[in-house]
Amino acid sequence: MAALDFANQLKAKFGDLLSEPVEFRGEITLKVSDAERITEVCEFAKKSLGFNMLLDISSIDNYGEDPRWTIVYELYHMEQKSHLRLKTEVSEEKSESPTITTVWRTADWHEREIYDMMGVRFRGHPDLRRILMWDGYPYFPLRKDFPLAGKPTDLPEVAFTRPAPLEGGPFVTVPGGKDALAREPRVRIPQTESVATISRLERRDDVRAAHEPDAPQPNTAMPKQ
Amino acid sequence: MQQSASTTEFGYNSKIEGEVVVTRVDAALNWFRKNSLWPMPMGLACCAIELMAVGASRFDIARFGSEVMRFSPRQSDVMIVAGTVTYKMALAVKRIYDQMAEPKWVIAMGACASTGGMYRSYAVLQGVDNIIPVDVYVAGCPPRPEALLDALIKLQNKVGHEAVFGPKHKAA
Repeated sequence: MAALDFANQLKAKFGDLLSEPVEFRGEITLKVSDAERITEVCEFAKKSLGFNMLLDISSIDNYGEDPRWTIVYELYHMEQKSHLRLKTEVSEEKSESPTITTVWRTADWHEREIYDMMGVRFRGHPDLRRILMWDGYPYFPLRKDFPLAGKPTDLPEVAFTRPAPLEGGPFVTVPGGKDALAREPRVRIPQTESVATISRLERRDDVRAAHEPDAPQPNTAMPKQ
Repeated sequence: MQQSASTTEFGYNSKIEGEVVVTRVDAALNWFRKNSLWPMPMGLACCAIELMAVGASRFDIARFGSEVMRFSPRQSDVMIVAGTVTYKMALAVKRIYDQMAEPKWVIAMGACASTGGMYRSYAVLQGVDNIIPVDVYVAGCPPRPEALLDALIKLQNKVGHEAVFGPKHKAA
């Protein structure tokens, strides 16, 4: 049975909760409109449709857009050898989604990684600690507003960090560029609505100055979004 | 090679001295030290694979008296930092270095250990010399085994010239 059939079965079961299946290069994606019900959808996909393997969970930072986070679940049906992708969106204010460790236990580490790198919490997770960085590291380094060079931190007896020397940096990635060149990390200030908020929160006068209309713009080498 | 007379006079002429070897104590001590530098293999990334190759039969670090890889810092003389030092590992590396008994030396093997290498990142220490003093840096990503052996020979020359008495051979 093809992935599209599975997607249609899911759609038939959950109706408006799911978007129409989108096919791109042979891969089927369904959007789950309410992140609170992801466990339910996953449970049905596993127990009734037979998606017995969770390949990966990843997260996307749509910096400057609302909702900010996209959580992506990659499901696999080992008997039918078919893939299915579920996407759901979580707002920055909430930054929380129910865990699916109750469905696939392997989700444990994937969700810990997303928590570590993006700062999205998973409600009901059995052991939601950082998995790569150490406990007590204050930032979420895969967020788009986190500079590639890193930020200085110091946790005595545990670890410290210093910003890496970057010629002309800090470099910033911006999602949604029209091609790979535009998306590539480079010296620029993200051209987004929430820049004012971020610069105020982080006391980045240089960022705010760069966004004053009269101030000279940094060489962004990228057209405004 | 130019050897300094003060610390490296070490010779034996049976016609003159019979069964007696005359030397200076610091020259003798340095000779002992430099020919049995026991490594503390701080293998942190892919460079450690080359480090293993150096220890194996083809390159055979035993030719230079350094085949005794000690995984205990108390019993080792030279820490070979082979690989990427992340900030999560950095204080552990420093702690192990601090546990090594004097005299002790450090080889930074490869681009990552020397400068952070290609990892200009929030997670990687930009060179192990930010936390411990390094004696020899080895270029390469990873370095060839010959390069590490060359570093070892350079370190042996350095050890052979160090003052044994007086101030410590280097600041900790």
